[in-house]
Amino acid sequence: AVLRGGMCPQVSAALKEGRVTPTELCQRCLSLIRSTKFLNAYITIAEETALKQAEESEKRYRRGQPLGVLDGIPIAVKDNFNTAGIETTCASNMLKGYISPYNATVVQKLLDQGAVLLGKTNLDEFAMGSGSTDGVFGPVRNPWSYSRQYKKKSVPKSHSEDEESNWVITGGSSGGSAAAVSSFTCFAALGSDTGGSTRNPAAHCGVVGLKPTYGLISRHGLIPLVNSMDVPGILTRCVDDAAVVLGSLAGHDPKDSTTIQDNFKPFELPNLTDVSKLSIGIPKEYHAPGLSSEILALWSKAADLFKNAGAKVTEVSLPHTRYSIVCYHVLCTAEVASNMARFDGLEYGHRSDMNKSTESMYAATRREGFNDVVRGRILSGNYFLLKQNYENYFVKAQKVRRLIANDFLKVFGSGVDILLTPTTLSDAVPYMEFIKEDNRTRSTQDDILTQAANMAGLPAVNVPAALSERGLPVGLQFIGRSFQEKQLLTVAKWFEKQVKFPMIQLEEVKRHDHDVFQHQQSASFS
Amino acid sequence: QTVTVAVLDHLERLALVDFRDAEGVQRLQEAIQFADQLHEVNTDGVEPMDSVLEDRCLYLREDDVTEGNCTKELLKNAKEKVEEYFVAPPGNIPLPKLEERETFLQGS
Repeated sequence: AVLRGGMCPQVSAALKEGRVTPTELCQRCLSLIRSTKFLNAYITIAEETALKQAEESEKRYRRGQPLGVLDGIPIAVKDNFNTAGIETTCASNMLKGYISPYNATVVQKLLDQGAVLLGKTNLDEFAMGSGSTDGVFGPVRNPWSYSRQYKKKSVPKSHSEDEESNWVITGGSSGGSAAAVSSFTCFAALGSDTGGSTRNPAAHCGVVGLKPTYGLISRHGLIPLVNSMDVPGILTRCVDDAAVVLGSLAGHDPKDSTTIQDNFKPFELPNLTDVSKLSIGIPKEYHAPGLSSEILALWSKAADLFKNAGAKVTEVSLPHTRYSIVCYHVLCTAEVASNMARFDGLEYGHRSDMNKSTESMYAATRREGFNDVVRGRILSGNYFLLKQNYENYFVKAQKVRRLIANDFLKVFGSGVDILLTPTTLSDAVPYMEFIKEDNRTRSTQDDILTQAANMAGLPAVNVPAALSERGLPVGLQFIGRSFQEKQLLTVAKWFEKQVKFPMIQLEEVKRHDHDVFQHQQSASFS
Repeated sequence: QTVTVAVLDHLERLALVDFRDAEGVQRLQEAIQFADQLHEVNTDGVEPMDSVLEDRCLYLREDDVTEGNCTKELLKNAKEKVEEYFVAPPGNIPLPKLEERETFLQGS
């Protein structure tokens, strides 16, 4: 039962009071990971080191000196963060077998707080994708595919079709992390967010997905995709937990000069009761083509919820929203072309046996190591960076980026505190349907609602809102002002309290858990 | 306009990544077509944006050695090495020309 709760306050209290020990917690999570192997959420499970960490944590609790709320808490980390002594693959052949010699700053910070690192989670290769389907270890399955809520709504089209072919994607690219949190195998997971990679799978898996302000959390050790947009993302089961994790990660890192030097103070989220002073903006351009009528209705209901509670809710405009995806496409591929140049087989990672010349070795290594998606983006990026194209594409995109960022500045400058938008266009689609379109097309469609926040560097969070007609999670997104995470999460927490998103009823899990936590709250919101 | 074989060849050399098949080339064509939408936006008088943190100064630390001495650790990840050197095949040999190397673009 303790496994299904959030850190705050259930598990933390249980640990402090000795009702459960870090070792028990760790073992239960590891056992759950084993029994949910079919989800393919984890690439590497660090069982030995996790148990050792749990043991150390237990000693501290016995002495009455836990390091903090995170002490003894099982967590998972997306496999594009360097973890010392543990394989880091980015779900690519290029890094299969690569054992990091160091911990990413965010990983180190979590370990310093006593968190127990269970393992590395699955993703799209090099975080390129919106389904977590394009990695070399195979696709991640959304735990909700195996929920009673989904099963009772799905009508098999024929007798031969079983649940095996019906499963839905997690979204991506941090799908493994989202699935890990959603299926109770850990209390928090790290993801990354460049175009929506934390918020998108959070929405599809019914968990909280926070994208912090660019510059708040260190990227040192996060294998880079787009240096000017990447941020580590936080996935948890409730908003309070996200605030706790944020508190342990945020702050200047001398090893990442793009982290701001302002003093960061961890905060506890107040229990907001009066929203009358709040101004919520509804950007009309987020009523994008392809937005499901279900989500449109949910979005509208959410706006009404705030209005009825006394908040000021106004329609606003972010006119350049529709160019965000195109802009991202150019800037992302350009930065990727540069960032992927480091993979040449010489110092780490895969190396081809071809040895006629340095150039041919590099070419063969990269030919063998990268999948189509990665190679495609590298080639496109190089095209946009060619001398004859540089001004027309790369610099042009940088100009459009400023226009997009200015749109937000204008709206926030006019008195709006928080923007409320959908996170995804629809609920999670079945894997068989998802793979019918290619990666780039999918990313283009799926990132539309999340991408602009990365363009402008703003903090944004997905909060699970309700279940769809098909019994799958649908989330809504809040976007805040730069470095105003406290305000953003306070509003998110208020909203979370109002909607009472239901707990996933995982059939397989129930069989193993003897004291089933019958705290089923049906979504009073849908 | 379609991208010429000369440019495709040039890209393969610059990127040291291959197109592999017609689909790869088509992917690039579509990417360019998609990116062309940018030209609909009027950006007269707009400065390019490098970073959202442009109004701040990047942190620069003192030029002091604070860590290192991890040669053995770092060499562990390299496939070919001799003593403390990474070993590379001979350099200064350009990639074979289009007609002479194994690439999908040959005969295009």
